[in-house]
Amino acid sequence: MKPIEVITQLLELIVALAAAPLFVGWINQCRAWLQNRSAPSLWLPYRGIRKLFHKDAVIAADASRLFRLAPYIVFGAMVVAAGIIPSMGTRLPLTQVADAIALVGLLATARVFMSLAAMDIGTAFGTLGARREMMVGFLAEPALLMVIFVASLISATTALPAITEHLATQTLGLYPSLAFTAVAFLMVLLAENARIPVDNPATHLELTMIHEAMMLEYSARHLALMEWAAALKLFNYACIGFALFIPWGLSTRESAPVALLASIPVLAAKLAVAGALLAVLETVSAKLRVFRAPEFLATAFLFAVLGLLVHLLLRV
Amino acid sequence: MIALLHSPLDACLTLLALWGLIGLAGLLRPRSLRYVGRTLFPLGALCAAALAVVAFTSLSAPPERAVLIVGLPDLPMHLRRDALSSLFLFMLGAASAGISVFAAGYFRRGHGTSAGLLCLQYHLFLASMGLVLLADDAYAFMVAWETMALSSYFLVTTQHGLGEIRRAGFLYLLIAHVGAIAILLAFGVMQGGSWQFTFDAMRQAHLRPVWASVAFLLALVGFGAKAGLVPLHVWLPEAHPAAPSPVSALMSGVMLKTAVYGVLRVSFDLLGGPQSSWGLVALAVGLFSALYGVVFAAAQTDMKRLLAWSSIENVGIIFTGLGLAFVFRGVGMRGLAALALIAVLYHALNHSFMKSLLFCGTGAVLHSTGERNLGRLGGLIRHMPWVAWLSLIGALALAGLPPLNGFVSEWLLLQAFLFAHQVPQTFVNMLLPLGAALVALAAALAAYVMVKFYGVIFLGQPREATLLRAHDANVLERIGLVWLALGCVTLGLVPAQVVAALRTVVRQVAHVDLPNPTAPWWLLEPLPGRQASYSGLAFFVAVTTVVLLTIFGVRLFYHRRVRHAAPWDCGFARLDARMQDSAEGFGQPIRHIFEPFFAMQRELPSPFDRAPRYRVFIGDRIWQRLYEPLGSLVQKVADTFAVLQQGRIATYLLYSFITLVALLAVVL
Amino acid sequence: MTGVPFDLQLLNLCAALLLLLSFAMLTQRRIVNLVNLLAVQGSVLFIATLLIAWRTHQAHLYLSAALTLGLKVMLLPYLLHRLIRRLEVYWDAEPLLNVAGTMLIGVLIVVFSFGLAQPISALASTATRNAIGIAVAVVLLSFLTMITRRKAMSQVVGFLSMENGLFFGAMSATYGMPMVVEFGVALDVLVAVLVLGIFFFQIREQFDSLDLHHLESLREDAVAERRE
Repeated sequence: MKPIEVITQLLELIVALAAAPLFVGWINQCRAWLQNRSAPSLWLPYRGIRKLFHKDAVIAADASRLFRLAPYIVFGAMVVAAGIIPSMGTRLPLTQVADAIALVGLLATARVFMSLAAMDIGTAFGTLGARREMMVGFLAEPALLMVIFVASLISATTALPAITEHLATQTLGLYPSLAFTAVAFLMVLLAENARIPVDNPATHLELTMIHEAMMLEYSARHLALMEWAAALKLFNYACIGFALFIPWGLSTRESAPVALLASIPVLAAKLAVAGALLAVLETVSAKLRVFRAPEFLATAFLFAVLGLLVHLLLRV
Repeated sequence: MIALLHSPLDACLTLLALWGLIGLAGLLRPRSLRYVGRTLFPLGALCAAALAVVAFTSLSAPPERAVLIVGLPDLPMHLRRDALSSLFLFMLGAASAGISVFAAGYFRRGHGTSAGLLCLQYHLFLASMGLVLLADDAYAFMVAWETMALSSYFLVTTQHGLGEIRRAGFLYLLIAHVGAIAILLAFGVMQGGSWQFTFDAMRQAHLRPVWASVAFLLALVGFGAKAGLVPLHVWLPEAHPAAPSPVSALMSGVMLKTAVYGVLRVSFDLLGGPQSSWGLVALAVGLFSALYGVVFAAAQTDMKRLLAWSSIENVGIIFTGLGLAFVFRGVGMRGLAALALIAVLYHALNHSFMKSLLFCGTGAVLHSTGERNLGRLGGLIRHMPWVAWLSLIGALALAGLPPLNGFVSEWLLLQAFLFAHQVPQTFVNMLLPLGAALVALAAALAAYVMVKFYGVIFLGQPREATLLRAHDANVLERIGLVWLALGCVTLGLVPAQVVAALRTVVRQVAHVDLPNPTAPWWLLEPLPGRQASYSGLAFFVAVTTVVLLTIFGVRLFYHRRVRHAAPWDCGFARLDARMQDSAEGFGQPIRHIFEPFFAMQRELPSPFDRAPRYRVFIGDRIWQRLYEPLGSLVQKVADTFAVLQQGRIATYLLYSFITLVALLAVVL
Repeated sequence: MTGVPFDLQLLNLCAALLLLLSFAMLTQRRIVNLVNLLAVQGSVLFIATLLIAWRTHQAHLYLSAALTLGLKVMLLPYLLHRLIRRLEVYWDAEPLLNVAGTMLIGVLIVVFSFGLAQPISALASTATRNAIGIAVAVVLLSFLTMITRRKAMSQVVGFLSMENGLFFGAMSATYGMPMVVEFGVALDVLVAVLVLGIFFFQIREQFDSLDLHHLESLREDAVAERRE
């Protein structure tokens, strides 16, 4: 392992941990601007997490050890996922250990532990949230796998850095298969990160919640870790999207080590545009009824399958 | 004694005979639970462990034969041990070691059959499964197969006082025999005119492709009936809940795999190599079974039926991989055929540990609470911590989450599917990637089912007051569960070594192989140069390191003060355990989305009911559309033939007279 | 994918968009949206024809593109919208098969068409021959749209979409049909829509609804019974 690889890996992890709440703050700002409100500060998520860490944890009397352990496991899973996704460079030693399919498995692990912890307390809301989260998950995961499958078919490998490098060095042009899978990926991103139109991240009505319902019981440091993990999840999904569909600007195997520093502003620019786009999408869409969510995800799945078939036929 | 052990085949036969002896020893003192439970079953477990060791060390040894002068004159039993037999013997030994130890602590007074008889049936079951794996001619195979079916039938109907259990046993025996007839016919086709029923004769008989396909289809039907492929699956959800839990574990974990062994033996060994069209049939049947099984598992309210349907799903996935391997081998893509075959064998190995662990866990729950219905369980993690935490490992493994073993076989299967578009046949190369989509869907649904299973039984609030007195498993049960859980964890953390062992099997049986690995020992890279690699151990270390760092970091910079309070009730003070999600509720999204699969009957309450009730019956459409009409057809045909049974002696004498006259006319 | 010229990339994109539009029509339940999707399909065809005309320097294809624009993007959707307003039929009834089942069958049809078209593509000599499979898929998907609908209006849209698919197939396989054939087909389609419009009024007079289930009863007294 060369030193540049270790530095890339560590830098990616630090940037992910540091920038994820900022990304969420930026999306909230854009949304406020679009809704003609005055925006909260960009640094509000950080202050929120810091405040939560100082508080006393209030836990339900019947909570088992699984409930207390789950936030750490979910957070750990998201951090390791951030280390596998090539957001700034493609020379990542951790990607030898886990490829794109293992990344999907890691996200599934986080989802399963969140749902199990929600069922642990045994209230109506927690179990409702767990049920809905697993319902969204079991349809979103095959769609995500199909998106990665199409990218793997084009690049003949399932290691994300190799996929990114291959897609970055392809000649610039219109690729309908990638266009279809990009739409599918966007729909999966909205569903998995509890965004409108699948779930409203700012709702207070328990009966409409999917993701928030599982967080009702957490407080203090556990809630801080879960919120940070949710921000990391959105950051990770955005970086997966960049790695597959906007793969330029990363420090690759051939580029000089200084390209690593140059990739930070590129990533910041990509995140800014992506955040604005996400805010626009959230503002123009309405939240779907819960049982329309499977149809939404089935459409995403269909887009991914169409992308696969178009690639097999047209070789584009 | 040493002479008996000088070759692995002799060692295996000795251990199988020892099982038989242990079974017979149970008859000496049939009512003594202490003798049977504390002495004989642990002895059986030791034999199983020894069998696993012998089989593992003989994986790379060349095949060897033996002839037993048992049976009819001129028809001795031929036996042969090769790498495939060794692998499945290892599966049998390792899984049944844990299950036997669990059973030693499990069987208590009050079951229908006496303990000694149970011991005989159990060990006869184990020995017959071993003999199936070693048989080298059709006669020995069918004798062992029938013994396996009969001994498991008696085990399933242990509590024969209950009508529903007798009915489940009858259905099981019926379909087992339908399958056995199909297997017998397959052997009949495979002997190819030489009228010698040894497997060597079958290997040398070169059948025309049409007849080879007929033999394969018959074998698929026969072995599929035993494995639980749709539509011959109807016995599984009935027999597994009816049997005692260790028996269910043995049936799901090992017996279903003997059927997979049968298909592998027939297609790769006896028929000389599969055709790609067989692969498409196996793929279609496998995918349908996988989806059907997991959708029904999500709608169940009985914990053992849920696990039974989940077994159907896993068998479907195994046959999907098998179909893929056939397609690759049929078109000559040998490396990929090896990859698919290794994924299949790995999944079979994984499932035997994961499912046995879960079935044994449910056995412990059933013993301590007396409940099988998910609607009356809950919150057992506080009263049964050993069972709960070990079952968590099983549930996470079955859900296919890294770094446990379920994920590795899925990863290998998806890697094999990734290259399916290179198959030169036109429609096939587009349909196969769609098959990957369905496998991914089945895997995601399996995670859903496992969250439902684990969450409703072990987490949440207890739904009945009696659950507060639940006690944890006893020492022997704990040892069995730990053994099986260790198996799950080990298979997940060292996948490269397991794949290396499986390569020897695949090389010997199917004559295909993966390229030699160039990666370090802790990394699994099946196809070097493709840059697709996975390491269970490193993954586990990475996640654990981050988690531990987070815990210590938080404790270092902040504090660990905790207060306890009541859960969030949204202002509704009378929240109780009944308001949690029930098993029906958790399965409702699946019932809604996959409605065409189910035959549902609902009883809805009206506003004028004094005691309103809501009931939903979920039936199997295949049972309604296939088995019930078939049953009534058989009944009608039987009724028309009942005309012949007049009851009058004169008529019967007339029949004999007509037959005699006809025979004389023919002969003379 | 190195060195594919830009216009061919655009053509592949148009082909993929056509496939997407046919799927969208399969699952759309608002008839107004169906007609709008048909108009978008027409405009994609117009762009594709323009590109092929520019690439192969055949002047008559410019005329064909203009015809497509006039007829399929402007006239026919306008006529259909007028019909919708006068008949006041905005929503389709529940389709015969639910959305998921229809999409599944649609995917199988696409795989079938692609597999079918591969040997045909090998025989053709045009640069866009890979898109023949998509044309066949569009035709079959439009047929499926016609089968799974209950209101007569949606079936007309399916029929027109089928004609679009045939047109695209001819474009990609042989760079267009002879102009005589094109004029003839265009005239036929226009007349068909006008006649069908008149027909719809008659159907609505008779049954008070455009649901085609009413046409299924073959006997007079059954009709009288249903109207009571």
